[in-house]
Amino acid sequence: MTEEASTSVGLHPGASRTPLEDVTVSELEERCRAALQGGARMQFVYAWFPHGPHDPEVRYIVHPASAPAPRIWRCRPGLAPLPSLAPIAPLLSWYEREMTDLCGLRFEGQPQPDPLVLLPGASLPRAPLLPGSAAPVHYAPAPHNLPVVAGAAPQDVQLLPFGPIRADVLESAEFLFLYIGEAILHYQPQLFFKHRGMEKRFEGQNPDLAVVLAERVSGIGSVAHAIAFCHAIESAARCEVPRRAMWLRVLLAELERIYNHLHYLGHLCNTTTLKVADAEGKYLEELAKQINCRATGSRLLRSLIAPGGLRREPQLDQIAAPLGRLRAEFESYAELLESSTSHLDRLITTGILGRRLAFDQGATGPIERASGVDRDSRRDQPYEAYAEMPLRVALEQGGDAHARQQVRIAEIANSIEIVTHILDGLPAGASRIDCHAEPGTEGLGWSESPRGTLYYAAHLDEKGALARVKIKSPSFSNWRVFPYTVHDSNMMDYAINEASFGLSIAGCDR
Amino acid sequence: MALKTIPLWTLYGLRGGKVSTRWPHGPHDGQDGYMGMPRFDPDRCREGCRRCADACLPGAIQVSDVTDATERVTVDYGRCVVCQMCVEACPTGAFAPSNDWAFGVRRREDLLWDRAEASAEGAAVKDGIRRIFGRSLHVRHVDAGSCNGCESELQALNNPFYNLHRLGIFFTPSPRFADLLLVTGPVTYAMHGPLQEAYRSLPEPRFVMAMGTCAVSGGTNGGGYACGNGLEGVLPVHVLVPGCPPNPAAMIHALLMLLERMPQRVHGGRIQDGASA
Repeated sequence: MTEEASTSVGLHPGASRTPLEDVTVSELEERCRAALQGGARMQFVYAWFPHGPHDPEVRYIVHPASAPAPRIWRCRPGLAPLPSLAPIAPLLSWYEREMTDLCGLRFEGQPQPDPLVLLPGASLPRAPLLPGSAAPVHYAPAPHNLPVVAGAAPQDVQLLPFGPIRADVLESAEFLFLYIGEAILHYQPQLFFKHRGMEKRFEGQNPDLAVVLAERVSGIGSVAHAIAFCHAIESAARCEVPRRAMWLRVLLAELERIYNHLHYLGHLCNTTTLKVADAEGKYLEELAKQINCRATGSRLLRSLIAPGGLRREPQLDQIAAPLGRLRAEFESYAELLESSTSHLDRLITTGILGRRLAFDQGATGPIERASGVDRDSRRDQPYEAYAEMPLRVALEQGGDAHARQQVRIAEIANSIEIVTHILDGLPAGASRIDCHAEPGTEGLGWSESPRGTLYYAAHLDEKGALARVKIKSPSFSNWRVFPYTVHDSNMMDYAINEASFGLSIAGCDR
Repeated sequence: MALKTIPLWTLYGLRGGKVSTRWPHGPHDGQDGYMGMPRFDPDRCREGCRRCADACLPGAIQVSDVTDATERVTVDYGRCVVCQMCVEACPTGAFAPSNDWAFGVRRREDLLWDRAEASAEGAAVKDGIRRIFGRSLHVRHVDAGSCNGCESELQALNNPFYNLHRLGIFFTPSPRFADLLLVTGPVTYAMHGPLQEAYRSLPEPRFVMAMGTCAVSGGTNGGGYACGNGLEGVLPVHVLVPGCPPNPAAMIHALLMLLERMPQRVHGGRIQDGASA
């Protein structure tokens, strides 16, 4: 490992780097408090083992209130436990519990010291992300750890376990409701049925090939994952991709946002039983996917992005005409949606997420923007060619299902505008350069996926293969926030609220 | 306007007209431009070259030291994730892009590239399902740890373009009403039990379809500390559909193939009669 690599981390774009700040175990809490008081948000935390299994390195990624680049703290606790920062910064709780499950780290004062990623009854002989671990999970299903119901008539409280196989074509997860009549007292999602150990799968891979894995972490976020992963590699390699490739990556990212948001609009109408609007939303999504297919050969926009730029050029002449027709249909669709009282009646005041809660618990993407948190990494931490785009960050204050619909509608319109801008002004030139990160380097990459901010941290080993890849997915953040909007709500609104959040489980579970 | 939106939606729907494709009974399968499984031509292979295998993350392409090209390179489309890396790595065009996507098969061996012509045996394997179910089918889907790509395309089957109901095929909430268990994902440790429980809940005769490369073989995501390698050894499988993800038309082809309403197209790792569907 070179001296420079061990003291700074590559950040996109190109040669910019951020210094690694060494923080001791005893300084952690004070540093965290000071950062939060300055308006910063703790972004995520992960551990890796460059010095062997007894000497973990814990990385805290902190986003200051107004700075284009995150700051990175490095803490080496040795075999000692770390102080839990969750009492100060609640959103860190899940990251700490994940590090306990997968890296074997201990946290003192963790307010909820239960396994997170490992299901009740699952165990491993050795933490799977420790160097050299290979043993599979042993699993003897055990009951969920549910709160004890007390009060005047606890026998009236019913438990509804729903899942992991749910009605319709949906991802697997189990939802537990404690309720009386229509009123939900407590809601507990048991996620991670889909935990595949994706971060471990990157280990030992060639970075050029591993983009294939990144595209398969969350299928409906293939572009966002590929971009964030490639940023991390390109940052480690200190290479700047050609301007044309940056523009084309934005094109792909916005096409991804269009089909995703159209899907969620249709799905939301499904839950409010607005049948024609449900069908129309899904039909517009299909038209968007067919545009993707004609332009790139892949309905999910896969197999184009790679470290250094793009593997091949999309068929740009296949986009403008059908996108113009889609835009016209979308505009009348959105107008009618926003004036359908039966639909709006079910959305307004449903699943309210307040601004403070959204910020403190780490909500991201359209969810935080619908709760008045004005953040979008495309504008705040500009990457690719976003600084040259007609980007308008959608913002609503309501925090309810309706605000989330409004944000998505505004984002679709803006995405179409951005795609058109790119088709009109795409710079000429090459769309890929050679990009190889030196052994022992590391980089941090990010992108604003349709569901929010996504981070990849990549570390290379002494042979130039991947030693550790950490994925901070937006749905991991939003699933943590979601239950706060369900407690004390009612069963009839649940499906609407969940649809309005637009959560992916594959991305969260990894 | 705000007070009378329901009749407006009715008008809106009527104005849009009928948008469903007639495929497979007419043109327009909706897959224009689709890049499918790369085609393999061992006659173009160069001795000593193994660039394709080195570029194949899921290990679908294996190269050994044998000199005869046909035996030297083995290609397993059941592991292919359609990433096109081999096409880019191959210096001679032995792997070439194609729009072949109708890759549903009844036997795992039919996904292995084989110079031999279509085996009559493979084509003849049938389950007599049409005699049992007629033309209709009820499907229970189980996500056993997918990336959500397969679900995105399965959900598309019920959009107005594919309109799966027109073919008499329905998704059903309860496995007790289902004829077919349609499984996606490499089977995580946590979904192994619920998957088998769902299978046991299906009334007999019951059928199983492995949808997507993960369910067929584990693909890029299988194995490791938390995952199996698809349905092999977990459940008896009647139709395997590799693809990452299979497109909605490939899914419809596989469902109709199970019902003996469309023929199997792939034998020995190749679409035998040229066209894609």
